[in-house]
Amino acid sequence: MRHEVRRLILLLLPAGIVFAAFFLLPMARLFLIGGSGKMGWAAYTAILTDDLYLSSLVSTFAVAAATTAATLVISGISGVFLQRHKFPGNAALVAMLTFPLAFPGVVIGFMVIMLAGRQGLIGQVTQALTGEKLVFAYTIAGLFMGYVYFSIPRTILTVMAAAEKLDPKLEEAARSLGASPWHVLRDVIIPGLKPAFISAGAICFATAVGAFGTAFTLAAKINVLPMVIYTEFTLSANIAMAAALSFVLGIVTWLVLAVARTAAGSSVAAAG
Amino acid sequence: MTDAGTPLAIALTNCAKTFADGTKALEPLDLAIHAGETVVFLGPSGCGKTTTLRIIAGLEEPDAGGKVLFDGVDVTHLPIEQRNVGMVFQSYALFPNMTVAGNIGYGLKIRKVADAQVKARVSEMLAMMQITKLADRRIDQLSGGQRQRVALARAIAVRPRALLLDEPLTALDAKLRDTLRLEIDSLLRSLGITAIYVTHDQAEAMALGDRIVVMEHGRVAQIGKPREIYQRPATRFVAEFIGTMNRLTGAVKNGVFTCKAGSLAWSEAPANTTEILFRPEDIRVAEGHETTGLQGKVAAAFFLGDRTRLFVEVGEAQPLVIESTARRDFSHGDAVGLAIDPRGLLVL
Ligand SMILES: Nc1ncnc2c1ncn2[C@@H]1O[C@H](COP(=O)(O)OP(=O)(O)OP(=O)(O)O)[C@@H](O)[C@H]1O
Ligand SMILES: [Mg+2]
Repeated sequence: MRHEVRRLILLLLPAGIVFAAFFLLPMARLFLIGGSGKMGWAAYTAILTDDLYLSSLVSTFAVAAATTAATLVISGISGVFLQRHKFPGNAALVAMLTFPLAFPGVVIGFMVIMLAGRQGLIGQVTQALTGEKLVFAYTIAGLFMGYVYFSIPRTILTVMAAAEKLDPKLEEAARSLGASPWHVLRDVIIPGLKPAFISAGAICFATAVGAFGTAFTLAAKINVLPMVIYTEFTLSANIAMAAALSFVLGIVTWLVLAVARTAAGSSVAAAG
Repeated sequence: MTDAGTPLAIALTNCAKTFADGTKALEPLDLAIHAGETVVFLGPSGCGKTTTLRIIAGLEEPDAGGKVLFDGVDVTHLPIEQRNVGMVFQSYALFPNMTVAGNIGYGLKIRKVADAQVKARVSEMLAMMQITKLADRRIDQLSGGQRQRVALARAIAVRPRALLLDEPLTALDAKLRDTLRLEIDSLLRSLGITAIYVTHDQAEAMALGDRIVVMEHGRVAQIGKPREIYQRPATRFVAEFIGTMNRLTGAVKNGVFTCKAGSLAWSEAPANTTEILFRPEDIRVAEGHETTGLQGKVAAAFFLGDRTRLFVEVGEAQPLVIESTARRDFSHGDAVGLAIDPRGLLVL
């Protein structure tokens, strides 16, 4: 028994050291710095009372949540389709879908501008059709578009890998019991892909919360946390506030992901 | 809920199947399955059993020209979800995201049956399969035998018109297979449902089938009752695939078959017979001073308790297999006289 415990501790040691060195200690330090400014610990309450901070917090997590939802829907559908239907050019298309991963956020922001900016494609088309120029690159909608574009590839790849592992016999069994394609989707395919959706969704969400390059490029009217932190840090030299915001950013992200995971886990158990 | 009363008659006419990659899995095939009977598809791996079953289920369509009829109605292009056939797979294919009760009630829920009725039917099925205690278990908490019981219950719960089983017991160990085979047999009989059972285990086929369809290379080699298939195989393939066959080569003259081991009187022998076949139970070792026309030497003897399995060398490519119930010891090299019951002789 003692031996078992010792072995377990030994095995956990490397993970523990890394976790402490790269996660716990920085977070603790960040937390302390956050309380070390002119305002003291009030920096943390300011995040909830100050309009600018609070609204940026809310919009950051709102856009991340929307990005995650949209990405999962789009990638879920296309991932399953691409895995199921092998057509000529399938492999090339999948490879092509992957390349946004290689782009820095700045390039993605630039692409959003080319699409939805003042001289963008959408602007030109809408002007020709309605006489009004539709420009949304510099708003939260533009940011949302950039994030979705960036998140789709890895989500599609995750979904495809998971879709390949779905047991076709399960679908056949459901159909033999009278399940329509919609029932099969709801009761077999989506539950089967759920672990993939959870892990891909978590990565997608966390990336969208922290993405900076895209937000920076589209800067104009956008007020998301990474931008606010950047402003506090470099322009106002308010290091304590930047640290406090960073700490909150980390904690809230962790909370959201933990809650999502627990909820998904318990719904698996309760699905019967 | 659908009517459980009248079992379904199934007919395949001219059903061939060529897969997209060009594999010809089935030659044009005609098959009539009577209402309420249990038909077993038996054959070696890759002979097209599963493909035929999937065509009947509606998971595959036959090549152009083929037809599937349910009670005379053409269902060739009807998808499986509208055919109301129950399926049981070797891999169970239970829904991992539902409990045992959830699995069994799934088909009824899909049909929008009222909750109370679903519950009642599920408990009925659980009791019938003797798995009431497992109702709230998750699938990964079940043993293989329990899973197959759940799969059966799930397929039967919706009162399907026919039950299609693709090697349902192959994944289980021998002992459990015997128990479940008996259970399935009595289940099918009590339900009176039309059932098609795919297997490559001949003992299973013999025990369960009202009729057996022996398949070979995408063709039907023979259809018949187990006894007919065993005693009157239509082709060499059937004769050798099912049970053990002994073989002697030689020639017939004046009602006597002569081979290397000696001669055998057989008045009904067809004129140009060059080879005779017979089962181990139709040959025995001569006793005491009984004189027989055939002689051989024991090549190997295995005492099995109730009998001894002998391999007797008679100058043929294969030694003869004999199940002897004689109360005596056999050892390698013993010379034995052999007596064959002419009623068991076959020429193919
Ligand atoms: N989807 C498919 N595409 C191409 N060929 C296939 C497909 N399914 C089956 N086949 C081929 O068709 C033939 C018949 O297959 P089938 O699955 O019906 O055999 P079986 O009798 O059920 O064999 P087993 O006892 O191994 O299950 C085989 O040669 C198989 O390789
Ligand atoms: Mg098969």
